[in-house]
Amino acid sequence: MLKDQDRIFTNLYNDKGTDVEASKKRGDWNNTKEFCEKGKDWIINEIKSSELRGRGGAGFPTGLKWSFCPKEISNRPHYLVINADESEPGTCKDRDILRFEPQKLIEGCFIASYAVNAHVCYIYIRGEYFNEGKKLQEAIDEAYEKKLIGKNACGTNWDLDIYIHYGAGAYICGEETALLESLEGNKGQPRLKPPFPALIGLYGCPTIINNVETIAVVPTILRRGAKWFSSLGKPKNTGTKIFCISGNVNNPCNVEEEMGIPLKDLIQIHAGGVTGGWENLQAVIPGGSSMPLLPKKICETITMDFDSLIKEKSGLGTAGIVVINNDQDIIKCMARIARFYKHESCGQCTPCREGSGWMWRMLERMGKGEASKDEVDMLMDVTKQIEGHTICAFGEGSAWPVQGLLRHFKKEIEKRNNFNPLIERNKNIPYLVDQHLLDKDNA
Amino acid sequence: MSIKKISKDQPDKFEFSADNLLEAKKILERYPKDKKKSAVMALLYLAQNQNNNWIPLAAIKYIGKFLEMPYIKVYEVATFYSMYNLTPVGKYFIQVCTTTPCMLRGAYELVNLCKEKISKNENELSKNQNCSWMEVECLGACINAPMMQINNDYYEDLDKEKTLKILNEIINNVTPKPGSYRGRSNSEPENNRKTLMEIKNA
Repeated sequence: MLKDQDRIFTNLYNDKGTDVEASKKRGDWNNTKEFCEKGKDWIINEIKSSELRGRGGAGFPTGLKWSFCPKEISNRPHYLVINADESEPGTCKDRDILRFEPQKLIEGCFIASYAVNAHVCYIYIRGEYFNEGKKLQEAIDEAYEKKLIGKNACGTNWDLDIYIHYGAGAYICGEETALLESLEGNKGQPRLKPPFPALIGLYGCPTIINNVETIAVVPTILRRGAKWFSSLGKPKNTGTKIFCISGNVNNPCNVEEEMGIPLKDLIQIHAGGVTGGWENLQAVIPGGSSMPLLPKKICETITMDFDSLIKEKSGLGTAGIVVINNDQDIIKCMARIARFYKHESCGQCTPCREGSGWMWRMLERMGKGEASKDEVDMLMDVTKQIEGHTICAFGEGSAWPVQGLLRHFKKEIEKRNNFNPLIERNKNIPYLVDQHLLDKDNA
Repeated sequence: MSIKKISKDQPDKFEFSADNLLEAKKILERYPKDKKKSAVMALLYLAQNQNNNWIPLAAIKYIGKFLEMPYIKVYEVATFYSMYNLTPVGKYFIQVCTTTPCMLRGAYELVNLCKEKISKNENELSKNQNCSWMEVECLGACINAPMMQINNDYYEDLDKEKTLKILNEIINNVTPKPGSYRGRSNSEPENNRKTLMEIKNA
C-alpha cells in the first residue's frame, strides 16, 4: 500500500477544507514562482522524465504532448483546455478533485499554461456538475484575489485567465476535438485528426488539452521531483492514480494508489471486498465502461497499469473499476452499457450511429434468450465493423465492451440463446430473399 | 442518439430579463471578441433558468440574434445536448441514473418508485404538476450509487425507503437535503478507511 506521505491528493475526502490557506498548508502554491523562473523547457523536461501519462483514458505521455506545442507565439494565441467532462460510467475521480482539491488544479493550470505559452485557460466541466463548478469558481475567484492567477500571476509577469465552460450532458464532449467544437459553440461532433489540436485546436490556434487529474498532479511532481514520481509504480507506468471502485463491493470508494497495484488488493483492502465474498465475483470492468471486462480468473493476478491491462486485451482507461458479482446477469449489464453508447453516439459516423443501436438491440434480445445461435457471431462481426471505422475513439469504446463479453462469456450467451435461425429451415423458393419471415405469423 | 421532442405550446416572445442581460454580457467577455458563438451554451442555460427550466423556440431565435448566429445553429446545439429541456418539466426535475454501476446497486428500484409516485411515463408532469422524472445516463457519482439528481443537487447512496421519503417531500413541495443519505462523507470508504488517517485525526 502506498505510504500516506507519497499521496498527492491529501484532501481527497475533504478532511481539511478547500480554501487557499488550507491548500497552502498542504503544499499548494509553494515556490510556484521558482518553477517558472527555471524556464519552460525545464518544466516540460521534468514532466517528460517523470513519465507522467495522461489520466483521461488514452494514457498519452503528457510531457510529449506539451512539447508538440509551438515554442514561440506567432500571430495566433495559444490555449490550454482542461477536460473535466467526466462521464465515463464507473468514473468519478475528477469530481472529487474539482470539489476538494481545486487549488491543485488551478496551480496546475497556471504551470501548464506557462509551459505551453497560453494566456487563457478554459475548464470544460460537464453540466451535471453544477455544484462542483460553483465550488471551482469560488476557488478561482479566491486565487484571483490572492493574485495567484490573473495579471502578473504569482509575480512571474505571466498573465493567465481561467474560465469555466459548462457542457450540457453529452458524453462525446469528453473526446478532445468534440470538446473543442463544443467550446466553439457547435454541437459536439469530433474532428478528424490530424491536424492535432496542439497545432490547430480551439479557434484554429495551438491548444493543449489535458484531463483534470493530469494537470492536478503536475505541481506536486515539480515540487517533489520527477525522480520521486517515476520511482512510484512500474516502468513506463509511473506515479499514483485515483481509482474509483464501484458496483458490487462492500465499501465503494475513491482511493489514490500506486500504479501497478494488484486489482485484488484494491477490491479487498480498500473497497472492503466483493459483496458475498471474493468467490462470488463474476467479472470486473477495469477502466470505465469502454474497457473490456475481465473474468474472475484474470482478476486474481492482474495489476492495474496501462501495459499489463493491454496484455489482457483490456485497458486502464480512467481507472473506474466496476465490480460485478454472481448475483448479476452479465449479459444484461453489458446490454445496459450498449444502451449507454447508443444514447451517447453523436451520429456523425454511420458505423457508430447505426452499429451502437444494433449491438444494444441484439444484446437485449440475448439477455432474454430471444436471439438465435448465429447472432452471436453476427454481434462479433458488428463490433469489428465499428472498430477502427469511425472518426474518434468512441467507436472502439462502444465495441470493446461487447467484444470483452464475447471473449469471456460466449458460453453463457450460447447457453441462453440456443435455437437455430429460422432461415436454416429452407423453404426453397428461389426468388424469395426473406424466407425466414415465412415462419412468422405476422410476416 | 436521443430524440428530442419540442413542445407544442410555445410562447410568442422571449427576452432576457435585465439581470440576465447583464449576466449574458459578462459571459461574452470570457471569449475572444470575434468568437461570440462560444457563449451559446451558457446563454441557453440562462434562458432555461429564466423560463421555468425549459427553452422555448422564441428563446432560441432570440439567442441567435443576440449572438449573430443563424437560428438553425442555435437549434442544432439546443437539440444536440441532453440537458436543454425543450418541453416544460416539473419544478422538481428528477433525473435517475440507471447506467450499469448504478443499475448494479438497484437503480431500477428508484425508477419503479418514480413511476409509482410521480408519473407512469418519463417526462410527464405529476398529478399536482410540480415534478417530473426521467432516466439518464451516467451522472458521474458511481461511488455513491444508486443516486439521482433533482434540479442541480445530487442525492446519493439511496435505497427504496430513502427515495420514497425524498419523493414524498418533493410532492409536498419541500426541497429535501442533498448529499449522501447514508451519512457518509463524500466518497470515502465507509467504516473501512485505510488511508490518510493521520490527516483525518490531526
